Amino acid sequence: MKKSRLLMMVGSFLLLGLFIFPLWNITLEAPQYPIPLGMDIYITKFQDTHEFDIKNINLMNHYVGMQYIPDTIPEFKIFPIVIGVMAFLGMFIGFKANYKWFLGWFVLMSILGIAGMYDFYLWEYDYGHNLDPKAIMNFKNPDGSVMGFQPPLFGTKDILNFTAHSYPLVGAYFMFVGMFMTFIAFFLGKKEASN
Amino acid sequence: MKTILKSIFSLTIAAAFLVSCGGPSKKSNKGAVSGNAAEKVYVAPGEHDSHYAFVSGGFSGQLAVYGLPSGRLFRVIPVFSQDPEKAYGYSEETKPMLQTSHGFVPWGDSHHPDISQTNGSVDGRWVFINENNTPRIARISLETFETEEIIEIPNSAGNHSSSFVTENSEYVVAGTRFAVPFPQRDMSISDMKGNFSGALSFLSIDPDHGNMEIKFQIKMPGFNYDLSHPGRGKSHGWFFFSTYNTEEANTLMEVNASQNDKDFIAAINWKKIEEYVNNGGGKKMPAKYAHNTWSDETHTATHVMQKEVLVVEPKDVPGAIYFLPTAKSPHGCDVDPTGEYIIGNGKLAAAMTVHSFTKMQKAIEDKAFDGEAYGIPIIKFDAVNYGTLDQPGLGPLHTEFDTRGNGYTTFFISSEVVKWNIKDLKVIDRHPVYYSVGHLMIPGGNSRTPDDKYMVAMNKITKDRYLPTGPEVCQSAQLFDISGEKMELLLDFPTIGEPHYAAGIAAEKIAPKSKKIYKLNENKHHYAVTNEGETNVVRKGNEVHIKMSMIRSHFSPDNIEGVKVGDKVFFHVTNLEQDYDVPHGISMIGANTSELLIMPGRTATFTWEPKQVGVWPFYCTDFCSALHQEMQGYIRVSPKSSDIKISYTLDGDVPGEDEEE
Repeated sequence: MKKSRLLMMVGSFLLLGLFIFPLWNITLEAPQYPIPLGMDIYITKFQDTHEFDIKNINLMNHYVGMQYIPDTIPEFKIFPIVIGVMAFLGMFIGFKANYKWFLGWFVLMSILGIAGMYDFYLWEYDYGHNLDPKAIMNFKNPDGSVMGFQPPLFGTKDILNFTAHSYPLVGAYFMFVGMFMTFIAFFLGKKEASN
Repeated sequence: MKTILKSIFSLTIAAAFLVSCGGPSKKSNKGAVSGNAAEKVYVAPGEHDSHYAFVSGGFSGQLAVYGLPSGRLFRVIPVFSQDPEKAYGYSEETKPMLQTSHGFVPWGDSHHPDISQTNGSVDGRWVFINENNTPRIARISLETFETEEIIEIPNSAGNHSSSFVTENSEYVVAGTRFAVPFPQRDMSISDMKGNFSGALSFLSIDPDHGNMEIKFQIKMPGFNYDLSHPGRGKSHGWFFFSTYNTEEANTLMEVNASQNDKDFIAAINWKKIEEYVNNGGGKKMPAKYAHNTWSDETHTATHVMQKEVLVVEPKDVPGAIYFLPTAKSPHGCDVDPTGEYIIGNGKLAAAMTVHSFTKMQKAIEDKAFDGEAYGIPIIKFDAVNYGTLDQPGLGPLHTEFDTRGNGYTTFFISSEVVKWNIKDLKVIDRHPVYYSVGHLMIPGGNSRTPDDKYMVAMNKITKDRYLPTGPEVCQSAQLFDISGEKMELLLDFPTIGEPHYAAGIAAEKIAPKSKKIYKLNENKHHYAVTNEGETNVVRKGNEVHIKMSMIRSHFSPDNIEGVKVGDKVFFHVTNLEQDYDVPHGISMIGANTSELLIMPGRTATFTWEPKQVGVWPFYCTDFCSALHQEMQGYIRVSPKSSDIKISYTLDGDVPGEDEEE
């Protein structure tokens, strides 16, 4: 089998790592939490980094009127289907199709990825801004607007007494590496075709 | 005039003797500590001590947890006395822990803590501790730092030679200090001699859960059994108990129990007796004693009265028990880490007796006996004695050991600790203490592997050592560095109650296993709730049961009506938190009991019998969050004749019925 096809198949196969490993992590550090509170995000669920972390995040956040992190969200039904379909589609393309399809798959996957991140941002925005009007504590920004408590999409940010970190985890690295491999596969395939 | 002169003369002699014995002749409060002592005990903010010290509270009945080398007090674990701070002995769940054959006993004096062992080393699973007055032994979990079990010892009085454990935690022992009728009966005290007995009890320890059971009691002659130590290594399988009052006097004991030049150390071959018992030996006798166990599942203690005990008569197991003559009224009875040397500290003698286990074995083989006492052979002194440490100080009490062949002995009268070499019986070093030292402790001291770094001396008197606090001043512990040839005093620190004895262990053996929360979904308490929707208030006759929850920063329900004067209100309160270090408390005005302090995931109960109509608040007693001060609620109390029905709300709704969100 041609190297490009192999690379394409392995690359899209790596997406399946998302079914085993967490995609993302949000960690909250504060002086009174020497062991920080954390939440791992899978494509199928939220999970405590340490047992009961989500419960304790909810307890902390209720002071400023943030909503409880739900047990489940519709995305947990959609993501597995999307990832599963894309992985098998990628492997099928790698096995059968012209190398040009490799790029097509890559572009589609990138769009889906960006859509996923945008969805994540929307959720974070809502979570951080849609506050209970009866909240125990109200904070205003220096400009007088109501302070939001949105965690960062990517990176580190100070929110009141907490430092919030938002970074990809193992599952995401599987996806990134896999997608990069399919991207290389396209150029390799092109090179192989021109020879 | 002559008599006055005489007495002055004898006083002078006594003073000279004190000085010659190396007592603290130069009174020095300062300068005893060398230059870098502060460095050696300094534990920087945020850093941890290297050792735990479990220091008994003596008459406080509790067990205090200190860090070494800092001497900082971390926690007081209630064991034999009620503790309103933790609701121990006040909450409905813990009340059964303090039940005895004499009913509810709210106080007891805790004496000798000892840590469980595996293969001769302290393992950090449990601390066992005895109570003297109402003879009891308790087991404390070192995961939760809570008392999990208390067993009363029948046929005993003054449970002093207790609670030491064997090198694989097979047994923990209890020995009666006071000889008593066995079983108890009405008889003339003057008929004591030959009629009273001294029960030695062996409690087996379940290797998995630590649960204790009185496996057998040995009905010994009616001497006073003062202290004890297990054999170890080569002498594993034996237990040694020091005795006094072999005179069997019953009045003016200070004189009449101090007549014999030698008393005994009783050597018990418990393996032999265990075998005898396992083969059906011994006699079941009626007895009445409490066995109280705590369940971490139901968060509730259970009190059971036991009805009989297996008793072994020494004459029925020949070759299992011997008496070793030991200089006058020995107090401490200590076995060195190799198990070869058995040290009896004759508190009234100038000499310390060191017996040899090897010589004892040979003496038994050769039948080198010097008569018998109540059928128990007395081994000839010279046949068992390894040697004596002559005039090491005044009033030797207790000895601990390092792994380099040295003993460290406390001297009560001359207020000092003396380091000496066991093999050549020579004094190496002596150091004054302030003042009147009782026990001393080297971490892992009662094991084959003591830690050679620290030694703690526990003092009865501190007169000028601390700022005065009225007629009663604190008692104290003093920390020494024993890693070198000379002992170095590092630190004084005051203690809770009387620091009777202590057990120490490296922190790394306990800290990683320490429990942080109780899991709510494992809570099997009858009145537990796992969420606010399950909270309710139910009337049963004149009893009102409130299933209440607490979480930062409110109770559910927080408004209750329909309670009447004359009701008995049960607050069954569950802490819904699942976060480390977030307990909540609750108290109720007019409740004739203590607050509850409830750990995350745990349920506890107190009762309140309202006597006046009105609207009465309850509130959280442990500062829990930014809104701790708002964590409160009300109960309306109506007249006895009122027909107001029970109702309860949280934010205007019945908890759990408001499903809008």
